[in-house]
Amino acid sequence: MSPVSTANSRLVYDALKASGVRLMSALPETWLVHLIRMAEEDPEMTLVRLAKEEEGVGISAGAHLAGVRSAMLMQNHGFLASINGIVSCAQLYRIPLLMMVSFRGEFGERDPWQTEGGGVTEDLLRALRIPFSYLDSPGHVAHRIAKAETLALSANKPVALLLCRDLMWEEA
Amino acid sequence: MTRVEALRAIYPRLEDLVVVTIMGAVAAELQGIGHRPNFFYLQHAMGLASSMGLGIALARPERQVVVFDGDGSVLMNLGGLTTLARYRPRNLVHVVFDNESLLSVGGFPTATSTGSDLAGIAAAAGVPRTARATTMDDFTRAFDEALAAHDLTTIVAKVDAVGPSKFVTDLSLLENRFEFQRYLTRR
Ligand SMILES: Cc1ncc(C[n+]2csc(CCOP(=O)(O)OP(=O)(O)O)c2C)c(N)n1
Repeated sequence: MSPVSTANSRLVYDALKASGVRLMSALPETWLVHLIRMAEEDPEMTLVRLAKEEEGVGISAGAHLAGVRSAMLMQNHGFLASINGIVSCAQLYRIPLLMMVSFRGEFGERDPWQTEGGGVTEDLLRALRIPFSYLDSPGHVAHRIAKAETLALSANKPVALLLCRDLMWEEA
Repeated sequence: MTRVEALRAIYPRLEDLVVVTIMGAVAAELQGIGHRPNFFYLQHAMGLASSMGLGIALARPERQVVVFDGDGSVLMNLGGLTTLARYRPRNLVHVVFDNESLLSVGGFPTATSTGSDLAGIAAAAGVPRTARATTMDDFTRAFDEALAAHDLTTIVAKVDAVGPSKFVTDLSLLENRFEFQRYLTRR
């Protein structure tokens, strides 16, 4: 059994659906497996599996201009790999993006290769002036996602939610 | 063949299509022929024009989408060809104007100048229909066949490395963006 939380992944997924998301782009990593499977099994969701996360910026931009709400599922290293697209497409053209970023490399991380990205993620989000918040406990998942989507749409800007270990991973 | 001639030849077909172009030379050329509210010019973000086309095509399967890409831009997002092929939007025609150079930034040669074959790469990525065009006749025929085929097609049109004298036009990026969104969501 994977210690990735199915119940909390379900909360996140249902909140994304409730906020109107009908297209998700994704590049897998461990914490995202249930979310991606939920999107795959949902006939109302268009799931776009990417070769590289930056493509998702273009796909979300196209979907937005065509009237469809979307979300991007990626790990923080995928955010790092998308930065030019975020700046040169989404910010330049005032495109709302709902970026769901698994926040690897914070306290509790055991995989040595994840630890550099964790240390720079928040600073980069701040440097890019991307509003962000944390999903680290089930109680606030639904309303933080709804509020993030509201701000993204009213500001026409990318926003990010960091999917944290305390929410996504069931081991203590 | 020059790109502006190729654009001029198919311009009448673009009236009801959703058009996304890359930055710089091609955007200025198309605007020079005549801007329309159904044209969006992605003036930066190299590589993402085809991804935007995919997003629009998936969101609006009833609309025909055309992307005018460039060799340098495609080379920056080769993985995107595999994503296009994977979802195979039947309403997307992907035209790559291959001038074998980064024309908009000084004309330095790209790898297509030493033989990298973008139509071959697209076909190997799984794009179901690919075509190469070196003459105006080839190009207009390939374009019309792609529209008639109702299937994802990548057309690589070899064009001369020439372009307009300036790339900045009087259409602001955000004006273009909101006009295009209004066009797309109105119907
Ligand atoms: C990430 C990034 N690197 C470099 C540039 C600078 N740049 C602007 S246009 C361009 C060339 C585009 O080449 P191509 O897609 O072949 O189109 P062409 O200019 O030849 O019409 C480059 C390199 C950029 N916009 N973004």
